[in-house]
Amino acid sequence: MPRTDERLMVRASRNRTECRPVAATEPLSFQDLILTLHAYWSEQGCAILQPYDIEVGAGTLHPSTVLRALGKKPWKAAYVQPSRRPGDGRYGENPNRLQHYYQYQVILKPNPDNLQELYLNSLKAIGIDPSLHDIRFVEDDWENPTVGAWGLGWEVWCDGMEVTQFTYFQGVGGIEVDVVSGELTYGLERLAMYVQGVDNVYDLKFNKEGLTYGEVFLENERQQSEANFHGYDVAGLKRRFEDMEAEASRLLSMTGPQGQPLVLPAYDQVLKASHLFNLMDARGAIAVAERQSYIGRIRDLCKACATAQVEQERREEAAAEAKNA
Amino acid sequence: MSQLLIEIFSEEIPARMQQGGARDLERMASDAFKKAGLTWESLTTYGGPRRLTLVVEGLPAATPDLNEELKGPKTSAPAQALEGFLRKTGLTQDQLVERDGVYYAQVSQKGRATTEVVAETLDHIFHTMSWPKSQRWGSGSFRWVRPIHRIIALFDGAVIPYALDLGSTIGGEGKKIVASNVTEGHRFMGAGQPFEVTDFADYRTKLERNFVVLSFEDRKAKVLDGAKAVCAAKGLELVDDIGLLDEVAGLAEWPTPILGDMDPQFLALPPEVVRLSMKVHQKYFAVSQPGAEGLAPHYVVVANVEAADRGKALAAGNTKVLSARLNDARFFWEEDQKVGFDKWNEKLSGVTFHAKLGTMAERVERIAKLAAEIAPLVGADAAEAEKAARLSKADLASGMVGEFPELQGIMGGYYARLAGQPDAIADAIRDHYKPQGPSDSVPTAPLTVAIALADKIDTLVGFFAIDEKPTGSKDPYALRRAALGTIRLVEASDVRMPLMTAILNGLAAIAVGAQKSGFTHIQEGEKIFDVNKIDIKPFVSKDRFILYGILDKETAELGSVSIEDQREYLGGEIVVPSLLAFFADRLTVLLRDQGQRHDLVAAVFALGDDDLVRIVSRVEALSGFLATDDGANLLAGYKRASNILKAEEKKGALPSGEVSTSMANQPTEEVALANATATADAAVNMALETEDFAAAMTALAALRAPVDAFFNGVMVNSDVAEERDNRLKLLVQVREVMGRVADFGQIAG
Repeated sequence: MPRTDERLMVRASRNRTECRPVAATEPLSFQDLILTLHAYWSEQGCAILQPYDIEVGAGTLHPSTVLRALGKKPWKAAYVQPSRRPGDGRYGENPNRLQHYYQYQVILKPNPDNLQELYLNSLKAIGIDPSLHDIRFVEDDWENPTVGAWGLGWEVWCDGMEVTQFTYFQGVGGIEVDVVSGELTYGLERLAMYVQGVDNVYDLKFNKEGLTYGEVFLENERQQSEANFHGYDVAGLKRRFEDMEAEASRLLSMTGPQGQPLVLPAYDQVLKASHLFNLMDARGAIAVAERQSYIGRIRDLCKACATAQVEQERREEAAAEAKNA
Repeated sequence: MSQLLIEIFSEEIPARMQQGGARDLERMASDAFKKAGLTWESLTTYGGPRRLTLVVEGLPAATPDLNEELKGPKTSAPAQALEGFLRKTGLTQDQLVERDGVYYAQVSQKGRATTEVVAETLDHIFHTMSWPKSQRWGSGSFRWVRPIHRIIALFDGAVIPYALDLGSTIGGEGKKIVASNVTEGHRFMGAGQPFEVTDFADYRTKLERNFVVLSFEDRKAKVLDGAKAVCAAKGLELVDDIGLLDEVAGLAEWPTPILGDMDPQFLALPPEVVRLSMKVHQKYFAVSQPGAEGLAPHYVVVANVEAADRGKALAAGNTKVLSARLNDARFFWEEDQKVGFDKWNEKLSGVTFHAKLGTMAERVERIAKLAAEIAPLVGADAAEAEKAARLSKADLASGMVGEFPELQGIMGGYYARLAGQPDAIADAIRDHYKPQGPSDSVPTAPLTVAIALADKIDTLVGFFAIDEKPTGSKDPYALRRAALGTIRLVEASDVRMPLMTAILNGLAAIAVGAQKSGFTHIQEGEKIFDVNKIDIKPFVSKDRFILYGILDKETAELGSVSIEDQREYLGGEIVVPSLLAFFADRLTVLLRDQGQRHDLVAAVFALGDDDLVRIVSRVEALSGFLATDDGANLLAGYKRASNILKAEEKKGALPSGEVSTSMANQPTEEVALANATATADAAVNMALETEDFAAAMTALAALRAPVDAFFNGVMVNSDVAEERDNRLKLLVQVREVMGRVADFGQIAG
């Protein structure tokens, strides 16, 4: 049908003009992908943060997402977070699976009305043209039992590949949120492989100088995989898990100079405990029956941090109100 | 008469919830309009990825005026009663009418504008419609399946004044979505601008022009036609999948099927694996080559866009993702073959089936025991059945089934064949979960039937023994399906299996299995028995039994054991009757679906028979008999006899003994019935012995005429005691002979 074709061409050309020149010409390198997302979300008013300096299994666990999602204060941030999943290590031999990879995390609280549109524009910014590709929002309700968090949303598909987790946070630390945050989690390696048309993650162009992802990370995958599966001392991991667990509880019972509970340091210990659990799991040291109990212990600590945080905000609000009155 | 158009435009609604949402909208709107007194010609709803639409044709501009007379208090009633009535009606005393000492009020209510009713209904729907899952967004308190962006509310072409208040969780006023006549088209292909609509026809046309197919049925047709066309263009054939069709029709506003290529090397994988991997992960349709076995190296992806390059980039992207998926599947396929059944079975001892029913390995052991018992009944070899059963669940520990639980059994079948097992065993492993649903095929290979029955009986007995029966709509362990599956298996292969024995064997297997896995003692009441020294079967006939495991088997003393673990089960006296009743219920449902009367099943079950095949043929024969004139009349005669006997039973014990046929002045009808009953007695016995239920019915049919004649010509309640006793004895005999065929007292008529 020529009528349709005409319209398609008009639409295609309109979309092309919307795209940034860089996207239309050459695919972005891995680092340019990050820089482009930084520039884009900075433009949308996000604080561009750096990765958190403790091992986490997902970008969500960064205190800038988990703890900031609680309470009523607005918050906008974007950051890259290395995600450590010890059990996913494949000694650098699997083209798609890594025990250390990057997530690009955006949190907007409260979620703006046009969050889907903002997100789709970010895809255009990195060179994915929605008139050539099939972009879909497929139901995927997200849940993270270890931090007692849940939300509704989608996994976003681009030509059948999941490129982003799009979530409206409904609860964190077992507490229903006051204000809903919109959370976007881009799988950076996957997205870069897609944009660059590469089948093996280690072949990704890291920058424009010919450096590959493999040159940066392959050796790391080999060594870390070995340590994850065979290296770590299980008894030591277990001992440290218990230490961190005790430390988190202890810190939470203390107060800071303004009388606030020490939620942030306590939460750091929870993250460490959580990573130790993942290491024990990769070592095959967690029996089926123990699993739920470990997850429950971490969740209880998260819940305690979340509760303390919310209570503190309530106290601050009440104090501010009293002052105004 | 006017048209109403409502559209709720939101972010992507999960595919599985769209049609339910449209149905709820239809129901709630109809109910509310009816309640308000509105009438209409047609009311239709549509559910799609981003919108729910309601269109009502032929609505009046207002609800009808209401004129009615309300009855008030008596004129003699206290003053407060009158005051209350005046308040209620808003009238003054002089406006009331007095008649027969009672006040009446003439109340007339003007009809309400339809737009007002619609706005109210809309608000009610927004706040009460329930989604399987709903969410808040922003700082609003309002919940819906996904964030709402626009609302169209048009009546007779004009926008209805309405605003949805989203509320606020942070204090202050919430945001509002004001109804308008504006909507949006396809996310990527539309005009890129919101547009106005004037009525439903205009709405539908503009949506279509903006690449949105409104109706679910139309989208399905577009998927199916398009998919078939892209296949046909390459001489290929689409592999239909109704579930997948429904899903993809909910994932695209402008469904556009595109044929993609698959690396042919993946066709070396089992076709079930390829299909499931494509379906579950990617929502692709499989494609076959006409006249050839298996799948063709292609797939159909249903995109949401007609891409500018006709889908080239899009198909290339999808092919790449599919390759990664199938590479994963191939990895499992190859790795699994290196592991094998022994290792998997070992793993099963670490997999809990249910806390009170032990591990999967324990379950396998029970199924093996049961399968060996059942095998001779179905013409299978007991040892072979036991062997097949021991292999039947191994694939649950395989990588492939871990990834795709739907492939349980199927993978076991493949791996067993690859490991050199005979076809009969591989087939039994593959098919023993069948039949899974009403449309699933029922296996008839003897070995498969033995394992399939053992599998289901273990499930049923196990969960009944730990008192986890289905209640109401809750059936978390799919026990109804297991019972129905048992019945269908038994029917299809004519398996003569007494259910009671099967159930007791199931309970015994639990006890024996627990013993093997470290449980060393059974407690029944105050007594503790060493399981190695008792016969398990008499045990399971008791009310309940508790199995104990002991820490140190060597040193532990009976009665003073240190208990490591303990499991308590209901025994045979509780499980057998409740499970038999459960089977009766399932059979009733099944036969009712086949058009049989449920009272006939009850009439047959009341005989205490526990052989499903026999029960079904009895029900069928009975049903045929009652449809005849003889049957219907004999039933009436039975009821009459039974009523007389019941009345007599209340007075005292019924007379017993031989019926005399040589009394003085005995009516010929009485003698005739006595002779006919004796003849029927012998004939029924013979027929039942050979399970020829049709013959049993024929034998009963011969009673019809004598029974009728007896009641017409003979007075049971004779003044002569001997005559009366003899006639009662005769009726007892008639009831007894008929009762051997079915409990006619349970039959309605």
